[in-house]
Amino acid sequence: MKIIVELRNIFVHYRNNLILEDINLKIYEKDFLGIIGPNGGGKTTLLKTILGIIKPTAGQVLLCEGLEKQNCFGYVPQTSHIDYMFPISVLDVVKTGRLSKNKLLKRYNTNDLDTAVDSLEKMDLSKYHNNLFGSLSGGEKQRVLIARALTTNPKILLLDEPTSNVDSKVGHHFYELLNELNKEITIIMVSHDIGAISQNVKKVACLNKKLVYHDSKEISKEMLEKVYHCPIDLIAHGVPHRVFPVHKEDE
Amino acid sequence: MFEIFQYDFMINAILACLLASIAFGIIGTYVLVKRIVFISGGIAHSTYGGIGLGYLVGFSPLYGAIGFGILSALFISLLRKFKFQSEDLLIGIMWSFGMALGILFISFSPGYAPNLMSYLFGNILTISFEEIITISILDVIIFLIVIIFYEQFLAITFDEEFAETLGLPVGKLYTLLLVLIALTIVILIKLVGIILVIAMLTIPPSISIRFSNKLSQMMFISVILGIIFTLIGVLISYYLNLVSGATIIVVSIIFYLISLLFNRGKSKLKTNIKDNQ
Repeated sequence: MKIIVELRNIFVHYRNNLILEDINLKIYEKDFLGIIGPNGGGKTTLLKTILGIIKPTAGQVLLCEGLEKQNCFGYVPQTSHIDYMFPISVLDVVKTGRLSKNKLLKRYNTNDLDTAVDSLEKMDLSKYHNNLFGSLSGGEKQRVLIARALTTNPKILLLDEPTSNVDSKVGHHFYELLNELNKEITIIMVSHDIGAISQNVKKVACLNKKLVYHDSKEISKEMLEKVYHCPIDLIAHGVPHRVFPVHKEDE
Repeated sequence: MFEIFQYDFMINAILACLLASIAFGIIGTYVLVKRIVFISGGIAHSTYGGIGLGYLVGFSPLYGAIGFGILSALFISLLRKFKFQSEDLLIGIMWSFGMALGILFISFSPGYAPNLMSYLFGNILTISFEEIITISILDVIIFLIVIIFYEQFLAITFDEEFAETLGLPVGKLYTLLLVLIALTIVILIKLVGIILVIAMLTIPPSISIRFSNKLSQMMFISVILGIIFTLIGVLISYYLNLVSGATIIVVSIIFYLISLLFNRGKSKLKTNIKDNQ
């Protein structure tokens, strides 16, 4: 499998605080990587470093040949920082994904509109074109932001806490859509929702300043203890397939 | 009723209301959705330094205000760029520094400057024809830039981070927006004065946001509301012999309170794709 992004010895400081320490990570084509970790552990910083919004103090982000930073990433931020009063329709939100540096003075063309309509269809939002963004539910907003990211035809989709405003029933549908996208696109997703992540992704990494990563899907108790610095209860909900190692009797 | 149109100053005042409403309806919309009311307040007050300098050196105080407004817009962009921890503190200092400079400059200038109150609280009835021309030029500049960069401004006000990942020059667009705010403030100084500028930038959009489905629609409604508020304010102040700036603000706030009664929210939009194509 081809490596699509590689992080080498990444260090990030913010106001003299060390946020990320010696991060090494290889992401392969069509991976679905979940990154879990406590709040303040540097998850969003890691995403922004990959995106190039934050410049690392040391280390490199390497993209596979033929890819450029500007057009290979689709970023899906948290919905919570967007003002729900903002008067904008769903279609207009998604269209903004078609803006770029090169088209500073051009208007949207029909191609841009078609791409936006297609992306909304992929996210199962065709009925909502003219709805106000602010009037949608948390899960619908999240899907609109994914559709917006898809209009850039990304090779890699980066999602920041996509399930924080989504209840578990809707979450199931949400992951079905993501798995569908994953057939074409590499996905990196950060979350503090350990349960949701482990059920739906192909690989898991744990992040708290340092990254613990074994290129596999299983989260071990040791991994979690390393990043959370305290014992964590792993609760296996009624999941279709077991992702956690079977607990010992005395645990 | 119509005898007021015999007076040139009244015609100038009405023209000023119409022209200024275009600028502050459009730019106030950005101020509100981008939540930069405090920053706009900082820019507004720092223009007093330019007004004072104009008096001292002997050029039009409005040009001084334009210069100081643009300088403070650039200063705020720099604070943003280098991610200063205490951005709001430094804006607060800039705010007072501009005012202090203005007061000092005026105290240095010989004689008494009776018009200065009109820069603090506005006096629309003293607007000259030259000032109407200046306002018109600023209007055209603001209008053209907003038309050209409408989609980009929409992107950075809606979600700045995402706009950055698209490779848009977010920092430069933000600076441009602040400069437009500075120009709008200069227009408003004559109308309502430095101290009351913030009310005119924020009241019309805070009514229209609740009845708009698009940013452009919100701008349009804000402009119309601005025209209504300023005209009613001017007429009342003329007939009742009141201070014009303060009257305009009180009228706006009364309308704002009335609008709260009609809080029907935004209309449910049609779910017909063809409508949008």
